[in-house]
Amino acid sequence: MSFDPTFAERRFGYGLSPVVAPVASVTAMLDGVAGQDTMRARYPLPPYRHLREQLVRNRRFRQYARENPDTEEGKAAEQKVKALRREMRLDRLAWFGHSMLRRINTPAAFHERLAAFWADHFTTIGKAGLTVGAPPLYVEEAVRPFIAGRFSDLLISAVTHPLMLHYLDQNISAGENSPAAQRPGRKRGLNENLAREVLELHTLGVEGPYDQADVRAFANLLTGLGGTRDFGFRFRKNMVEPGSKTVLGVTYPHTGTIEPIHRALKDLAVHPATARHLARKLAVHFVSDAPPDALVDHVASAYLSSGGELMATYEALLDHSAAWQPEAVNIRPPLEFISTALRSLAVPDATFAALRPRDLNTLFLKPLRVMGFEYQRPGGPDGWPEEDDAWVTPQGVAARLEWAVNAPVRLLSELPDPRDYVVKALGEVVPPELDFAVGAAENRAVAIGLVLASPAMQRR
Amino acid sequence: MSAKFTRRGVLQRAGIIGCSLAASPLVTPVAFAQAPWDMRLVVIILRGGMDGLDVVRPVGDPAFAALRPGMDLSDGIDLDGYFALHPALRDLMPLWQAGELGFMHAVSTPYRDKRSHFDGQDMLEAGTEVLDSGVRDGWLNRMLQQVPGLEAETAYAIGTTEVRVLDGEAPVANWTPEAKLGLSPQALRLAELVMERDPALHAALAEAQMLSDAGLEGPRRGGAHLQIAQFAAARLRGASRVAAFSLGGWDTHRVQRRTLPRSLRALSQTLLGLRDGLGAEIWDKTAVLAMTEFGRTAAVNGTGGTDHGTGGAMLFAGGALRGGQVLGQWPGVAEAALYDRRDLMPTADVRAPAAWVMRAATGLDQATLERMIFPGLDMGRDPGIVL
Repeated sequence: MSFDPTFAERRFGYGLSPVVAPVASVTAMLDGVAGQDTMRARYPLPPYRHLREQLVRNRRFRQYARENPDTEEGKAAEQKVKALRREMRLDRLAWFGHSMLRRINTPAAFHERLAAFWADHFTTIGKAGLTVGAPPLYVEEAVRPFIAGRFSDLLISAVTHPLMLHYLDQNISAGENSPAAQRPGRKRGLNENLAREVLELHTLGVEGPYDQADVRAFANLLTGLGGTRDFGFRFRKNMVEPGSKTVLGVTYPHTGTIEPIHRALKDLAVHPATARHLARKLAVHFVSDAPPDALVDHVASAYLSSGGELMATYEALLDHSAAWQPEAVNIRPPLEFISTALRSLAVPDATFAALRPRDLNTLFLKPLRVMGFEYQRPGGPDGWPEEDDAWVTPQGVAARLEWAVNAPVRLLSELPDPRDYVVKALGEVVPPELDFAVGAAENRAVAIGLVLASPAMQRR
Repeated sequence: MSAKFTRRGVLQRAGIIGCSLAASPLVTPVAFAQAPWDMRLVVIILRGGMDGLDVVRPVGDPAFAALRPGMDLSDGIDLDGYFALHPALRDLMPLWQAGELGFMHAVSTPYRDKRSHFDGQDMLEAGTEVLDSGVRDGWLNRMLQQVPGLEAETAYAIGTTEVRVLDGEAPVANWTPEAKLGLSPQALRLAELVMERDPALHAALAEAQMLSDAGLEGPRRGGAHLQIAQFAAARLRGASRVAAFSLGGWDTHRVQRRTLPRSLRALSQTLLGLRDGLGAEIWDKTAVLAMTEFGRTAAVNGTGGTDHGTGGAMLFAGGALRGGQVLGQWPGVAEAALYDRRDLMPTADVRAPAAWVMRAATGLDQATLERMIFPGLDMGRDPGIVL
């Protein structure tokens, strides 16, 4: 099998929309990735700076309130802290809405899927109090703008972002012979966390040709990447381990600047093990948990021969016949499942504009949790599992069915006619048992829920 | 083709599906003979950092009262002349008197200094010696990995909060009472029909229906924690041997006299719910461990609460354990005895009592426990936690 518009939307996008035409060709799919980011312009997210400013305000008001208890000004500062918390809850809601509206309305769904893929590849978690909502802003700034360029640029951007440095403890890592570690009375030392994850997860892969000595040397090389107390970036010269470092046989001389770090990341980006690791990950994500070797080889060699150009890599993925194998085996993970449902229902902007913070929880975050997905809180830096077994659990399937029946009626002023809806949502021959179930359901909500819960919607 | 699917046909079909449920790959028949051991192990992760010093108060320590000005310490219930129990756990006193409730004080994971919930819980559940160990599975799962041929049914991760302590290669079942299917029987029959051609989805739905109906006899009452306790008890009465879930609400930075009792009452109700649900015979073979990522500061802070600390307390319960005692080596809370002059000094690794309980439950040897389950742990002397 080769390109087919309906199937392309199903496998490489968020399924069909009743209002957005399906993509016309592989070329159009690729153009949608390389071209202007219209969804970003239409549903913007603020820059990461926005959150940093909120953190600064929070710190200052709190400090003021602490230092001036029982005064009018102190109480006013306390009120400002409270107002800020509310503002941040509203931000979180708005950002969730915008990320869903992009998926609902985009004519370039492959682009959104790739953005989600790379956001997961470079997972961060806001692990300090108010940074809990930070990941979307990090993705918007450090991941999304780079997914149509060279992987090395994406790698450098993500790995050196302050949220990543904080998440994987790089900001506290000091070379053992650095001035910071030598200061008397300071317990500072090397932290290998980011170095290990870059090698294991972001580049070479766990099967890659590196050993503990490489991890250690790379950790020494990464010293200096640090943060400010308000989660900004700062290169800290006094934490840099002196001396040259040898990672995977390449020696990087000591300069006391970020330059050798960039060079090592560029070298890692074009390593054959990285090509294979990324190719396999793309094939697993878009095609099947057990992709054919020929597909992985094809994608990996396009990656290598282009010097890590991502557009050439995506093109190789899409021009291989195995990518179009007609059997849809991969299960959509929970957030993608919900996104697909919202797109098929063409949930309007107004619905999201009217949501209140507690609706976010009852309509989305809580059901996602029962499906096994804690929003913005994956279990670790390896992101969410790709294996279908992780999602096809009794609890997960029950939660999907319940959401499918109960949520749409709260998201639309009027549910569509299910017989019409099923055709628009699947755009192909409707399986006879589904056709029957839609007609036999006791009401519209159940009928639409059955379509959403059907294998044709849940798998891609 | 669609003519085949008449209403009547669907109802008949539903009967067939019902009968074939036992053959579903996800539904393991309940069979005691297959269970590798008989003891029931329940691990409760208390997320947020429980203040061990307020729950099991060292009122006999002359330095204690001065650390907690403004916190009423007079209402504690005497345990052993030295420690007093927080009054919100009053309902558990019969368990203490029956030797079915105990504590181990001044324990912690090997996690030190950064005092982050996130890292602390990671270490508690991974059971590792260091934070960036690269270990991604949980220690309870590694215990299961040591027993070949286990069924998923043997261990349950319960609730919507991810229970990483059970994450890993060994098969584990997951369920949360919140996933209870509320659809009408007709809608469920149609859902079965729609998923019929997809064996994995279909089997998962079939098991969801079974679990949705199981273990929740009578009216559903109380909060999520009670439903979890009821569900856990129902599974542990059957073929399951391990259950793990979390309870939150321990991060009591402010007005602890109001916030902590709420969480303690939920914990108390959970333990009593487990005991009642299990029945006397199974409760006698049960070990419950309730552990938290770290304790809290020895001194009260400026807002009537406590901040993230180090040493804390572990609670244990069940007929299989030797309750009625506060275990552990008490370090004292005089300023010089504190960790960093601020936190209760940990005098034991919280993984050690867990290892001793696992040894008793599963018969795993000490070397396996110290290398595979809790890498780097020295189990030390038997603390006498198991009967």
